[in-house]
Amino acid sequence: MGALTIIKPSNKGESIDLNYALVEQFLIEFLREEVTRVKGFNKIVLGLSGGVDSAVVAALGVKAFGAQNVIAIRMPHKMSSPSSLSDAVIVAEKLGIKLETIDITNMVEGYAQQVPGMSNRRKGNVMARARMIVGFDMAEALGALHLGTGNKTERLFGYYTWHDIADTGPVSPLGDLLKTQVWGLAKHLELPEVVISKAPSADLEANQTDESDLGITYARADVIIHHYLKAYSDHYIESLGFTKDEIELVKRKINATHWKRALPIHAMVSSTAIHEFYLRPVDFRL
Amino acid sequence: MQPRVFQVGILQLKPSKGKRAQNLEHLKTVMQELLSAGEKPDVLVLPEGALTGYFLQGGVRELAVTRDQLFEELEDLWREVWDAPLDVVIGFFERSDNDYYNSGMYAQLGGEHAGIKHVHRKVFLPTYGVFDEERYQSRGAGFEAFDTRFGKSAIVICEDAWHTITTTICALKGAEVIYIPSASPVRNLEGEEPSNVRYWHNLVSGIAAEHGVFVVLSSLPGFEGGKGLMGASALFHPRGHIVARAAILEEAVLISNIYLDEIQPARYENPLLSDLRAGLPGMIVSLEEALKWVR
Repeated sequence: MGALTIIKPSNKGESIDLNYALVEQFLIEFLREEVTRVKGFNKIVLGLSGGVDSAVVAALGVKAFGAQNVIAIRMPHKMSSPSSLSDAVIVAEKLGIKLETIDITNMVEGYAQQVPGMSNRRKGNVMARARMIVGFDMAEALGALHLGTGNKTERLFGYYTWHDIADTGPVSPLGDLLKTQVWGLAKHLELPEVVISKAPSADLEANQTDESDLGITYARADVIIHHYLKAYSDHYIESLGFTKDEIELVKRKINATHWKRALPIHAMVSSTAIHEFYLRPVDFRL
Repeated sequence: MQPRVFQVGILQLKPSKGKRAQNLEHLKTVMQELLSAGEKPDVLVLPEGALTGYFLQGGVRELAVTRDQLFEELEDLWREVWDAPLDVVIGFFERSDNDYYNSGMYAQLGGEHAGIKHVHRKVFLPTYGVFDEERYQSRGAGFEAFDTRFGKSAIVICEDAWHTITTTICALKGAEVIYIPSASPVRNLEGEEPSNVRYWHNLVSGIAAEHGVFVVLSSLPGFEGGKGLMGASALFHPRGHIVARAAILEEAVLISNIYLDEIQPARYENPLLSDLRAGLPGMIVSLEEALKWVR
């Protein structure tokens, strides 16, 4: 008799890796539907920050609408990292898209001069919202639609400025992809290595990185998020190799920021309150 | 004796949300294109919410129609473009007195016995996750098999089919062809195809093979508010394999013969339905016992 064959799979939890070719197909079709067929636009505008999220959206835009119909805008402030600007150029050249530069320093500083003592945090928020103004205005000027670039991890962590350029795009292809999945898609799309491998940063303050702000790496946070959202217990997630502190940190961030993922709150005084009693889907038209 | 064969045309068409008139026009155009291409299926099968879209929320109130109204609309359309009797299976939101249902109609348009052959009201209304059906629609009650020009048939709608007891009932009542209008939003993109496409095809393949029936899955394609509906309609053979299938997400028309005479050899080889009939009395006792767990 031969040696006994024992098959004993180890528990690694659910994989968060995706079939990125399928994701690409899905998101291209999504963009064509929502931008063109539903909203009637053939052109898109997006803020190209030099980071991976906007680079992926730009690449998907090129596949959906053609390079000539994707307009990328760099929006530097004098405090912005020079590498953000040069990385945006690398992405635009790789994709063959038009890259405009609109410096927001005067917008931001013009306001800042009127309110002395502005903290870095406040100024970062003003920068993010100044970019939102540019995004909408350039979309209007160019007859294009401004796309959102936010990913699921930052949405769940509330790690963005409410109503910034990434948050306000009427169509947002990455909002259900975790950050590590955005990286996976970026690799599949063969985006420049420099935007995939650099430390993610909102670049709203000097030497800022996402992972130091958040206190956990995306690689670890995303696995916890995935299992937490799918109703796995803390005990189960711990068994996958995560600490109680890490799990608590992720849950705390998610549960402190539900408001940020919702529309503004309206006082309900009737039995026909919009989104409470009167419910129609976003694409409902008679 | 004539072979028992007919041709089914699965119309995986994407409706514009809420635009019933426009969607009827689209259906008419597709029927005209079929005729121009020399195709003239005997039975056209459309998905769930075929003329309205699926995710309507409270918009069911504005878009639901009576079964008679839908039949008249289809008959008018048929009269304009088709020149022979035609059977249609279609998912629609039904208004009946003061209630709303997610229903599926089997109708014969034209011919000596024209009329509504059956309307099934969806029993299992998904009300979890992205779904919210029971908030807006009432449940149907039960499953029937009914006679058509093309074999004894049954309709189950979308989640109805995920409870395989439903198709078991249809098969026990004599259904040879089970039609499933459905609408399933794509999710979980880790595999070769979205996980719900794999699940649907595995599930329906099992239904077809277990009962020795043809199953026609007509599944809504396209996007509704960011949710991509899977499409991937398919015809399943009584031996369990897929005879033909459509791509995901996009519109498609799938035409195939259904040889009802292939049911008998499939059931001869795997007489599971016959076995089930024999064992049914004992199963009923077990089911009644299981009711104790329904609180």
